[in-house]
Amino acid sequence: MAAAIARFFDSDVWWSFKRSPVTVASAIVAAICIIGAALAPFIAPHNPFDLASLNLIDAFKPPSWAEEGTAEYLLGTDDQGRDMLSAIMYGARVSLLVGLSATLFATLLGVSVGLLAGYVGGAVDGLLMRICDVQLTFPSILVALLVDGVVRAVVPREVHDQIALFVVIFAIGISEWPKFARTVRGSTLVERNKEYVQAARVIGVPKLRIMASHVLPNVVGPVLVVATLNLGLAILAEATLSFLGVGVPPTQPSLGTLIRIGNDFLFSGEWWITIFPGLALVAMVLSVNLLGDWLRDALNPKLR
Amino acid sequence: MFAFIINRILQAIPVMLAVALISFAMFAYVGDPVAIMLGQDFTEAQRDALVHDLGLDQPFWVQFATFTGHAIRGEFGLSYRLSRPVAELIGERAPATLELAFCAAVLALAVGVPMGVYTGLYRNSWLSRFFLTFSLVGVSLPTFLIGILLILVFAVWLGWLPSFGRGDTVQLGWWSTGFLTWSGIKALILPSITLGLFQLTLIMRLVRAEMLEVLRTDYIKFARARGLPNRAVHFGHALKNTLVPVITIVGLQLGAIIAFAIVTETVFQWPGMGLLFIQSVGVADIPVMSAYLLLIALVFVSINLIVDLLYYAVDPRLRIGRGKGGH
Repeated sequence: MAAAIARFFDSDVWWSFKRSPVTVASAIVAAICIIGAALAPFIAPHNPFDLASLNLIDAFKPPSWAEEGTAEYLLGTDDQGRDMLSAIMYGARVSLLVGLSATLFATLLGVSVGLLAGYVGGAVDGLLMRICDVQLTFPSILVALLVDGVVRAVVPREVHDQIALFVVIFAIGISEWPKFARTVRGSTLVERNKEYVQAARVIGVPKLRIMASHVLPNVVGPVLVVATLNLGLAILAEATLSFLGVGVPPTQPSLGTLIRIGNDFLFSGEWWITIFPGLALVAMVLSVNLLGDWLRDALNPKLR
Repeated sequence: MFAFIINRILQAIPVMLAVALISFAMFAYVGDPVAIMLGQDFTEAQRDALVHDLGLDQPFWVQFATFTGHAIRGEFGLSYRLSRPVAELIGERAPATLELAFCAAVLALAVGVPMGVYTGLYRNSWLSRFFLTFSLVGVSLPTFLIGILLILVFAVWLGWLPSFGRGDTVQLGWWSTGFLTWSGIKALILPSITLGLFQLTLIMRLVRAEMLEVLRTDYIKFARARGLPNRAVHFGHALKNTLVPVITIVGLQLGAIIAFAIVTETVFQWPGMGLLFIQSVGVADIPVMSAYLLLIALVFVSINLIVDLLYYAVDPRLRIGRGKGGH
């Protein structure tokens, strides 16, 4: 383990990381977002879901540096007296959870389809890639909206509120798998004709086994980059769906939900209710995107 | 050329049919239209009569053929939510969305292309660096947040521009336009910027990357060696050769503009098709959803077709050598 760590700090990936101040900065911002979100129940100054601790007298408090602000609520409070900083931390938790799960789902689905299409080829490949093409012509947000709308029509309202989180994850995941399938199919086509695969085939290793344990490890590299870049998109997609009011349930507000709620108070001058969750969202997405860009360049030997 | 167009249209038909099938499946199997239309009190006979009238007792493929036939004529039945013909609802709202999308696209092109050319030509000037930083922010800001920020600054703080609706519109036949009144134009400004900003930054980055690529080629050096003025080299030779990828992306982005119009229309309460669609998703108004899906698919397929045709107009290399089996 120690040797592996030492090797990592000696690698050129680490070297290119150290050399780029923008990347280091975005890694720090991303780390703050992730830690703040993951540990929200332990480090948030207030619990925004504890109804007993909410006091309407504290509603609409501006941020602490404004004239009427108090030190107790650093970023002010919303219409129900909830501390904005805590709400943002809990909201980022939902946003990250949905973004990560949706990306994981899209990766699993896309990698399986891409492997199958690339390795089996023929009619299977043709059909799967046609489906990919058709779906890629539609913007993913539209696909996610449609999936959400259909599920809403199929299941009764009470059930929907309970499974809403999974519906959003499924909707975003299903709208973004073709990118992964395309990437994996491309590398699989290259790998399948290499000698080690032929050798495995000759000694009679079953197809599924060749795909899973021989081809797969050699095609996952680019998937990592696509997944990182996709994480930012998935977080934005979730925020957009929640902003449109069809995303996560109001009982588990994400950053998008907070922005939507705050939007109602924009005209009465309480700008902080919507702007701070917005800034948190931008910081999170921008840092993840910059990290993804860096990873793409660092793992591409042609650019060194 | 003619064979190519026919070929592309033939390729588009299965796509449209697949979308129609999804659309129909939603229509037929999601929710129960009979229960929705009958309401609370009904007899078994009324129910059977309605099922027969709607053709729901027919086999699946007959129903699908009927649905497709109606769809081609623009008939999608009644909206569950508003009890009005879907075609009428969409027809009323289409002008608002199309005018918004048009303004956004024009803005993205008219500002994005010159900015891309400039940053490509003078890659180290401070203005180029500023444009690039600005574009990074434009790519990372979600559409709805841009809208909210613009409303906060220009409508709430400065009070210069309206924050919702289309202002006063003028009816030209069935088309309602906001271009002819001052308040209509003012109402268009913020939504167009919101919708066009992402496309603007995308076009700028693309044109810049392509310009950098093209400026390194030998024919540009040769054009300079011939003593042609900079303007002719930059615009006649360089920019012209960046157009193929730019047209592809702009074409595909036109579709994205219409999709993201849903978000922009929600932020600005713009009475267009996107707002209609999102309101329908919220209450699972399937007829509106399936009609919108088909309409968007039609728009996308047509855009792809036009993009393919434009390649021919822009790139003479594609006119020869096709079908002759490689170089």
